[in-house]
Amino acid sequence: MSRRWINLFTHLFTALTGMACALVILLVAIILGNIAYHGIPHLSWRFLTTAPSSGMTEGGIFPAIFGTAFLVLLMTIAVVPLGVCTAIYLQEYAPVKSKWVHLVRMAIQNLAGVPAIVFGLFGLGFFIEFVGRRVDQIFFSGQLYFGQPAIIWAALTMALLTLPTVVVSTEEALRVVPRSHREVAYALGATRWQMVWYVLLPQAIGGILTGTILAVSRGAGEVAPILFTGAAYYLPYLPSRLNQQFMELGYHVYVMATQSPDVDATKPILYSTVFVLLTLTFLLNFAAILIRSHIRRRLAAAR
Amino acid sequence: MEELLIMSQAALADSVLKKEEVPAPKIQTKDLALYYGNFRALKNVDISIPPQKITALIGPSGCGKSTLLRVFNRMNDLIRGVRISGQVFLDDQDIYHPDTDLIALRKRAGMVFQRPNPFPISVFKNVAYGPSIHGMASGRELESIVERHLRATGLWDDLKDKLHIPALSLSPEQQQRLCISRLLAVEPEVLLMDEPCSALDPIATARIEDLLFELKKDYTIVIVTHNMQQAARVSSSAGFMLLGELVEFGKTGQLFTNPIDPRTHDYITGRFG
Repeated sequence: MSRRWINLFTHLFTALTGMACALVILLVAIILGNIAYHGIPHLSWRFLTTAPSSGMTEGGIFPAIFGTAFLVLLMTIAVVPLGVCTAIYLQEYAPVKSKWVHLVRMAIQNLAGVPAIVFGLFGLGFFIEFVGRRVDQIFFSGQLYFGQPAIIWAALTMALLTLPTVVVSTEEALRVVPRSHREVAYALGATRWQMVWYVLLPQAIGGILTGTILAVSRGAGEVAPILFTGAAYYLPYLPSRLNQQFMELGYHVYVMATQSPDVDATKPILYSTVFVLLTLTFLLNFAAILIRSHIRRRLAAAR
Repeated sequence: MEELLIMSQAALADSVLKKEEVPAPKIQTKDLALYYGNFRALKNVDISIPPQKITALIGPSGCGKSTLLRVFNRMNDLIRGVRISGQVFLDDQDIYHPDTDLIALRKRAGMVFQRPNPFPISVFKNVAYGPSIHGMASGRELESIVERHLRATGLWDDLKDKLHIPALSLSPEQQQRLCISRLLAVEPEVLLMDEPCSALDPIATARIEDLLFELKKDYTIVIVTHNMQQAARVSSSAGFMLLGELVEFGKTGQLFTNPIDPRTHDYITGRFG
């Protein structure tokens, strides 16, 4: 092939790949710009701190923000210990390359691939219909307390959804701790537990934190898992007990977009709510990236 | 003729050894063999490490010297598929006896590794790590332990005002000293050193060697080294290993100037290795 043709192809390919990148950036910019343009004007302190009123055509989104925070808090309490323990077991305790470990890893990978709505249905079937009903039968003589959609069940369902994130990032963090640090801990007479607690976890804490933040950010954005397990269309009060329902930002967006009695009146509120939701998840992701790059730098310095 | 000469030298060395009073060995192996799966990494090793001396293990890469070192505090247990036969005694204790308390054993026989590997925490916490996990001290007492062991390795004067800086910000030599301090703080009896100077420059190496001389008053030291000059400088006994076998073991001076086994002779005169 002549040199001219090669040059032509080179330029063509550069242009193509560059255009693909430009398209991606353009799309993100359009989405974000549109939301910011329509969402910011309606934002105010009042909007963030009051409840919706007049059939969601007026008022703010405070209960949804509160519910989201409460949900991800409960979810974090559930998912972090479970995920970190799983990862420690897989990395440090389980026999290497055993069938059992293979099985657990496969289960976690598959868990990550399950559609969110399936988690929602599972939560309804398992947590509410099975666990909740049993709890009511045993502790509340059959009266309805936990056998219904509630924030605790939504949080646990969400915890299942985000479990792979926490497990994988913790495993990653444990894997990069140099083998020599494990050996030296043993050589100083540490038990395995002391090695994990005093040597591994302090070094893995950044990775665990990154995974947790990513899980929180995912949990704050997902709607499907909480659809049947606890999210409420509208509540006149804030949830204060684990068996109450709650409002949530993502679900609130869905409700306003599909159920509003007056679409035009709801529109600015809807935009602002989406803007708040996006800002929240972006900030969380950004925090995760910052922590991760900080750890990378520290590790690079350690080598 | 040559053979005869070597044999008479061996007899001479033997008689010299017998005249000296030989203290009970700190570590002793009897017919030790070690397998990684089907590979025999150590065979028929009988070695007696004298107390409060520096014993060097030399030999080409892959000869089993590090493996032997790791037998003494059972670090090989961490590797899958390792099997051992024969006996290993630390003082009178058979350390491969099923009842052996691994934690207690590793507290008695600690290890310094090739590359300085302080934990990525502060200088103070590195030294305090051992005493803390063994519940040996806390508070004021811990501070004095840290000071004592930083003094023992000559770090105290440089670092006393910055005990809380990250250990990884120290120079490689200081890091290795810190690792030795960290080990001394668990109050071991035996220091097992796996090429402790291989990551250091010659000046730092010389200073660490001086430190070893200081330490041998209180500790039994076994050092694995690639560097024959180092072995000749620091050790009082030395063993030459080849293909998993302890070819020769004796006084350092004798091993280096007048080896009995021709393979030792070939190695130290640089014919291979």
